[in-house]
Amino acid sequence: MRFSQISVLFKRELSSYFATPIAYVFIVIFLFLSGIFTFYLGNFFALGQADLSTFFTFHPWLYLFLIPALTMRLWAEERKSGSIELLLTLPVTIGEAVVSKFLAAWAFTAIALFLTFPMWITVNYLGEPDNAVIAAGYLGSLLMAGAFLAIGSSISALTKNQVIAFVITVVVCLVFILSGFPMVLDFFSWAPQIIVETISSFSFLTHFYSIIKGVIDLRDIIYFLSLIVFWLFCTAILIEMKKAD
Amino acid sequence: MVNIKNLYKEFGSLMAVDDISFQVNQGEVLGFLGPNGAGKSTTMKMITGFLTPTSGSVSIDGDDIVNDPIKVKQRLGYLPEGAPAYPDMTTMAFLDFIAQIRGFKGRDKSRRIDDTIQRINLDKVVYQSIDTLSKGFKRRVGLAQAILHDPDVLILDEPTDGLDPNQKHEVRNLIQNMAKEKVIILSTHILEEVHAVCNRAIIIANGKIVADGTPTELEAKSDNHNSITISVRAAADQASELRKSLLAVSGVYKLEALSAADSGLLTYQVFPEANRSIIAEISQHIHQQNWEVEEMFVNKGRLDDVFRTITTGV
Repeated sequence: MRFSQISVLFKRELSSYFATPIAYVFIVIFLFLSGIFTFYLGNFFALGQADLSTFFTFHPWLYLFLIPALTMRLWAEERKSGSIELLLTLPVTIGEAVVSKFLAAWAFTAIALFLTFPMWITVNYLGEPDNAVIAAGYLGSLLMAGAFLAIGSSISALTKNQVIAFVITVVVCLVFILSGFPMVLDFFSWAPQIIVETISSFSFLTHFYSIIKGVIDLRDIIYFLSLIVFWLFCTAILIEMKKAD
Repeated sequence: MVNIKNLYKEFGSLMAVDDISFQVNQGEVLGFLGPNGAGKSTTMKMITGFLTPTSGSVSIDGDDIVNDPIKVKQRLGYLPEGAPAYPDMTTMAFLDFIAQIRGFKGRDKSRRIDDTIQRINLDKVVYQSIDTLSKGFKRRVGLAQAILHDPDVLILDEPTDGLDPNQKHEVRNLIQNMAKEKVIILSTHILEEVHAVCNRAIIIANGKIVADGTPTELEAKSDNHNSITISVRAAADQASELRKSLLAVSGVYKLEALSAADSGLLTYQVFPEANRSIIAEISQHIHQQNWEVEEMFVNKGRLDDVFRTITTGV
C-alpha cells in the first residue's frame, strides 16, 4: 500500500461524487430523512430529553437504504464501462484501489454526517446534553457506516449490474442488522447454543446501541473495524477473480 | 524489449490463448491481426497485467509482469478496447489524474499534460467533460492517457476503430512518429492499417500464432502474389488455343479466365509457380506470338486474401 497512490485515487473518487448529482441528492435525502425520523418517528420534542439518542437510533435503518445506493456503483460501474481495465493497468495494486474507493465513500458519508451538526447545536441550545455521549454517537454511526460501505463494496465487485448490487447489499446489510433478532436466529434453531450466540453477537444493532449510549467499549470498535477489513479483503479477492468476465 | 513466452489463458474449458510466444524489439511496430475472438485482446490484457496468464510469462527488459507488476506498468502505456475513461471528468481533470498516478508533480506534471494535449490536438476539448465528447475525441483522450508518461512500450487495442479517415490518418502519423524509440503493439481489423504503420504483423487464430512476418512477407503468401492479369484482343474461338499456349510458358502454374469474350477481349489471370516472377517470360511470349494486348499488369498479394486463407484454414 503506497500512500501517494491511495491519496491520488481517493481524491479522484471523492471529487467524482460531487461531479454528478449523486452527492447532492444523497446529502439532501440523508438530512431530510434523519430529520423526519428524529422529529416525527422519534418524538424528539415530546421526550423532553437533551440528547441525540432518538437521532442515532434510526441511523441503521437510514443506512440500510442509503449506503447501498452509494456503493452499488463503486465497482459495478467500473466493470460495466470497462474503466476497470484502465484503472488496474495503471501503476496501482488492487488493494490500493479497493482501499481508496472505500475511503472516499467513507469520507463522503462523514461529510453527510457532519452536515447534521445543526441537530447537535439545537440540542445544546435547548438543554444541556452530555456532549461526550453525542460524540460517541457520531463515532459509532461513522463506524457502522464504514461496515455497511465495506459490505456494499464487496457486492458491487460481484456484478456489473448496479440494481442487483443494490438489492443484494440491502439484503446482506439487513441480515447484519437483524442478526440478533428472532427472524434471523430462528433459521439457526437447529444449531448449538454457541453458534446462535455467535450469530447474535454479529448484530450491528447490539454494538451500535452500546456505543451511542456513550459506552465506548474497545470490543465494539474492533468489531466494526474488523468487519471493514474482512469485507474489503473480500472485495479485493472478488475483483481479482471476476475481472476476466 | 518485450518478451512473451509460452503464454496460455484458459477460460473454463475454452483455451483463449494457446501457447503464444514472440519477442518485440525497440523500433518495431507490431500489428496484431486475427478474427474476432481469436485471442488478440486477451493477449494484450495479459501483456498489460490486467489478466493473469494461466501459464507462461510476459516480461519487459527482464522484468516480469506477474512478479513485478508495478515496475512493468510504469513503463507501459495502454489503450484498452473502446478507450474507457471516467465520463464525468473533464479532459484536463482526467489527464491530471493520470499524470498524478504516474507520479508526476508540480511543473513537470503541467508540462507533460500540456505537451500531450498539443501532440494529440486536444486543445479544443480540454475543459469539456469526457461523456460529451465525440467518439473520435474520446479515442484521442484514451491515446493521450496512454502516451502521457512517454512509455517504452505502447499497447493499443484497436486505436483507430470508429474514427473517420482524417482522424485515422492523424493517429497513424502519431504512431509512426513515436515508433523509433518505442515498442508498439497494436491490434486492428483494418488491414490497410498494417501497411500504413506496422513493420511486422502477427496473425492469430484460435489462440495460436498462424503467421508472423513483415507485411510484405505475409502478402507474398497470397496466391495472387506476382500473378499476371492479361487482356488479349482475340475472337472467342481462339480461346482454347490461347490458353494452351500460355500454359506452355515456363513458370506458369495455372490460368483463370476472368471475362467472357463477347467484347472481343480474352482476359486471363496467370498464376506463377511458387515464388516465381513470370512477367519477363509472359511478355516475351506475347511478343513472339504477336498478340494484340490491351492490358497487362502484375498483381500484388493482398493481406486480405492471406488473412482469409490463413484464418479460415481454406
